[in-house]
Amino acid sequence: MTAVIEATGLGKRYRRKSALTDCTIEIPSGHVVGLVGPNGAGKSTLLNLAVGLLGPTSGSIAVLGQTPASDPEQLGRVGFVAQDTPVYSGLTVADHLGIGAHLNPNWDQAAAENRIDQLGLDPKQRAGKLSGGQRAQLALTLAVAKRPELLVLDEPVASLDPLARREFLQILMETVAEHEVSIILSSHLVADLERVCDYLVVLVASRVRLAGEVDDLRASHRRLIGPRRDPNSLPSNQEVIEASHTERQSTFLVRTENPIHDPAWTVEEVGLEDLVLAYMGQAASESRSGRPVLGIQR
Amino acid sequence: MIWLTIRQYRFSIAIVGGLLAITAVVLAITGPHLVHLNDVYQATCKAEGNCNTSQNPVQGTYYQLQNLLNALALILPALIGVFWGAPLIARELETGTYRLAWTQSVTRVRWITIKLCVLGLVAVAVSGIFSLMVTWWSSPIDLANMNRFATGVFAERGITPMGYTAFAFALGVLLGVLIRRSVPAMAATLVAFVVARYTLDDNVRPHLLSPLLLVLSNKATQIVGIIGSPNGATSVQAGQPGLPNAWIYSTNLVNAAGQPPTQAFLNKACPVPSPSGGASGNGNVHVSGGGPFSNVATHQAPGGQNSMQTCSNHVTAVFHAVVTYQPAGRYWDFQLLETALYVVLALILAGVSVWWVRSRLT
Repeated sequence: MTAVIEATGLGKRYRRKSALTDCTIEIPSGHVVGLVGPNGAGKSTLLNLAVGLLGPTSGSIAVLGQTPASDPEQLGRVGFVAQDTPVYSGLTVADHLGIGAHLNPNWDQAAAENRIDQLGLDPKQRAGKLSGGQRAQLALTLAVAKRPELLVLDEPVASLDPLARREFLQILMETVAEHEVSIILSSHLVADLERVCDYLVVLVASRVRLAGEVDDLRASHRRLIGPRRDPNSLPSNQEVIEASHTERQSTFLVRTENPIHDPAWTVEEVGLEDLVLAYMGQAASESRSGRPVLGIQR
Repeated sequence: MIWLTIRQYRFSIAIVGGLLAITAVVLAITGPHLVHLNDVYQATCKAEGNCNTSQNPVQGTYYQLQNLLNALALILPALIGVFWGAPLIARELETGTYRLAWTQSVTRVRWITIKLCVLGLVAVAVSGIFSLMVTWWSSPIDLANMNRFATGVFAERGITPMGYTAFAFALGVLLGVLIRRSVPAMAATLVAFVVARYTLDDNVRPHLLSPLLLVLSNKATQIVGIIGSPNGATSVQAGQPGLPNAWIYSTNLVNAAGQPPTQAFLNKACPVPSPSGGASGNGNVHVSGGGPFSNVATHQAPGGQNSMQTCSNHVTAVFHAVVTYQPAGRYWDFQLLETALYVVLALILAGVSVWWVRSRLT
């Protein structure tokens, strides 16, 4: 399986501050990949590097095996929906389809018009008068109709209300069903991604904390609730991600490939959101205690 | 990409086109009247034999329109630089639409190059059409004024406005790319353009071609003005020969050895007549002579005519005038060189913009 994004030691510095440091990541193709992480983790920087809007200051990144935005062909293979979904406010919806048609050799005008029709958008409407949800839909339509191999969405639903959010993700799912396209979308809200993603990457402070198919992640993590005990006394094949204790009871979130036989435990499945939060929490406590991040990562 | 650029600017192009059309109508109505006035005047003055001394009525006709057109011709390049050049890229950077544009299947070098070329050519065309209309309309007046190199005429006629427009546009684009915000870039463009025009007008245009020297004989030299300053120094002004439409840099007096008159000589030869009235309370005394050579309009002191003649006789016995000038025949050479200068500057600025967008906006 080839990687849609392969980055090695990728870094992006602005004059003073660093937006992404030494990021090594490999995202396989054929998935709807959710890129989660707290604000400032470097998600947006990573995606902007992937579509070539930014250039790396260190390290390297290959998208679909090539340097991002290196030539028109490479640009045509990657669709992008930018954060806050910018559109030309003075141009109409139809004008935007015209932009897509004139600037992309593989443009699918019929599909784009069809989509606009389904969305109930008036082609003569100025894009500046669209609601946030409609604007996002227009941006998605543009990105999809250019027939990319990879669709990158940077916080596409962050500024949308819950209903528009649901609609947007619904259409995104229809797109995946219709066309063979790999998708990467970022969010700082796991709930948004849970419904659409089959692969998850958790990025905290430029580091990949967790990456894998959602089903595998779900299967390999368990919450154990039982009498209070020391986390070090757990079997070695159970890696403790998060531990919390009351006076008499301990709760562990563990990662393990093996079934849990200890009858003392009540075993629960872990929701994706709790899982991600646990990994983010782990990263936060490590950086607080000053322990080297790399050493802990497995 | 061409389609997108025109689509984005179609309204402002349409508005400018409309204004050009209105101007064309106004000039088409008033222009023939100027031509007619000039024809009538030429016929009359030839019959009366006073074409050199009488006033051509076109000079004062539609005076306000003349001024308005000259002002518009002067500021049009700046307006284009400010309103089309500066926001061209800055607005895309400001509103974030560059992220939409740069992720279509078009490299950003191509994107900015085509934007620059398409709107730049439209801008130059607008400026060229306007200049053509102004040049045609003003031709009877310019013919009568016989001063085509003058400030307010040279840069407002012919092809130079197109050079200024190309430069102003490219300057605006570059400042927009560097500043990344429309309004500050617009302000910076206006300031930078005015400074550049002033600097180049004063320091470059006179050197585009080396001037010619016209050496007058002692007999042909005439003194038309005596200027006394409060510290007792006297200077005299030599009359300029009739060089219609030429650009006269200076007229200097020199003797056979090439030396200018000394202060002692002038004080002796040209005593400043004491003014009778209180008009010269500032200590400066200006004396002017008449004659067809004179183009110095200063207050005439009583008795000045006599002392002027004496002075002129004394000075021209030893000194003759040397005129440094560009002949009228070089008008189009200067138009071409001036335009080429600004077009080359525009291309350099445009090149920097493209390079900056390609390499530095990441």
